[in-house]
Amino acid sequence: MKSSIEELTLSLTGNKLGRRINIMEVCGTHTMAISRYGLRQLIPETINLISGPGCPVCVTPAVDIDLILEITKQYEVSLFTFGDMLRVPGTESSLYLKKAEGRDINICYSPLDALDYARENPDRKVIFLAIGFETTIPLTAVIVKRAYLEKINNFYIFNTHKLIPEALELLANDKEIKINAFLCPGHVSAIIGSEPYRFLADRYKIPCVISGFEPEDILQSLVMILEQIKKETPEIEIQYKRVVREEGNPSAVKLIYEIFDKSDSTWRGLGSIPGSGLKLKEKFSGFDARIRFPVKKIKSAEPAGCECGNVLKGIKKPFECRLFSKTCRPESPVGPCMVSSEGSCAAYYKYERELKNIKI
Amino acid sequence: MCLAIPAKIIKINKRTAMAETLGVKKEIDISLVPAVRIGDFVIIHAGFAIQIIEKEDAVSIQNYWKEYLDEKQH
Ligand code: SF4
Repeated sequence: MKSSIEELTLSLTGNKLGRRINIMEVCGTHTMAISRYGLRQLIPETINLISGPGCPVCVTPAVDIDLILEITKQYEVSLFTFGDMLRVPGTESSLYLKKAEGRDINICYSPLDALDYARENPDRKVIFLAIGFETTIPLTAVIVKRAYLEKINNFYIFNTHKLIPEALELLANDKEIKINAFLCPGHVSAIIGSEPYRFLADRYKIPCVISGFEPEDILQSLVMILEQIKKETPEIEIQYKRVVREEGNPSAVKLIYEIFDKSDSTWRGLGSIPGSGLKLKEKFSGFDARIRFPVKKIKSAEPAGCECGNVLKGIKKPFECRLFSKTCRPESPVGPCMVSSEGSCAAYYKYERELKNIKI
Repeated sequence: MCLAIPAKIIKINKRTAMAETLGVKKEIDISLVPAVRIGDFVIIHAGFAIQIIEKEDAVSIQNYWKEYLDEKQH
C-alpha cells in the first residue's frame, strides 16, 4: 500500500536533518512530475531538488546536430528520429527548419519504422538518428542486429546514445555542486537494474533511490533517501519495485553489449565523459552513419546566453538564466532544455513560472 | 523520452505481439522479453516491450500515464 501525499510530506517535514541537502533527479520524467505536482513547494526548504542531465535530447551537444544536418545536406539520405529531436537547435539551424525546407527528415514513433522504411525502399539510404539512454539503447541494438542478419545494406545509425551511471560519477566528483543523493531514473533502471549504481554508495557514499513517477513515488523515494542519510548507510534502493528488478532486463543488457562497446561521449554542458557512450562493434561498423557519410569538421557553438550547461549540471535553476521566459520560451526555444517537454527549462516554464515564491 | 506504458499481451506471433494499452490494440516487438506469455503485462517503450510486470502494478501505473498523456496532448 502506498502512503498518501499528506503522510509522506509530514514524514519529510518531521525528518529534521538540521542541514540543507541536495538531491538530484536524473530523469526528465521525474523533472516533469516534480514541477507538475508542485512537489518542490510541498517539501521542506532544506531539501533542495535539483534537475540533472536526465533528458537525452537536452544533453545532445550542438555539434551532433550540426553533423547530422551536414550529412542531410551533403548526401541524399532519408533521416528518421524521435519528434523531440527535431527542434533542438544546432549552431545555425535545426532538423525542424531543414525539414520545412524540404529535406527528407521524418519523425518516427519506433526505431522499427526506420528499419521498415529501409527494407521497403532499397534505393534510399536511411539513417536512424539514435538518441536516448539505456531505456532506448536496446531498441537500437535490436534493429542493428536485425539489419545485419537480414543483410539490409541501405540502413545506418547516427549514434548519440549515452549511459547514465557514468554521468553520475562525473557529477559525484563535481566540486561546485555537492550532491547528497540521487533520485535514479525508473525506466533506465528497468533495463540496467540497481547494480550499475552500486559504486555511488560504496565509493562516493551517496544514497541512491530508483523512483517511480507518481507524486507518491517521488515523495516516498525522498523519505527513503532521508532515512539513508540519517542512518549514514548509503545504499541503492528500489522504490519503483512495480517495474524495476535488481537485475534489470538481462536479455536487453546482453544485447546492448553484443552490438556496442563502451566509448567516450560528449554531453552538452558536461563535456566528454569517459565510457559514457557506445560505439558499434567492428562487426557492425558498416551501419555507422558517421563512417559511411563523412563530413568536414564543422565549427559548432552552443547558443549564446543559454545556461543549459549549468542547468544540466544542477548549478543553476532554469529561472536563473537571463533568457528564461524572455527570449527563450517553449514556442521559440533558445536551448535544448526548453525544447523537450522533459527538459528542465520547459518543465519550470510550464508549471513553476507563476508560483509566487519563485522569482523570475 | 524514456516513457514506458503498461500493456497486456493478447496475441503472440514470433517476435511481435498484439498488446492492448488504454483500450488501444497495437502491434509491438517482444524480442527484448523472451519469457513473455499471452496474458502477461509488459511496459512498452517506443514499440518494444522492455519489461514484464505484475497485473496489479500495470493497472495502477496505467491510470497515471493516461492522465499524463491526455495532458501532453492538450
Ligand atoms: S531558459 Fe533557454 S536559454 Fe536559458 S538555459 Fe534554459 S534553454 Fe537555455
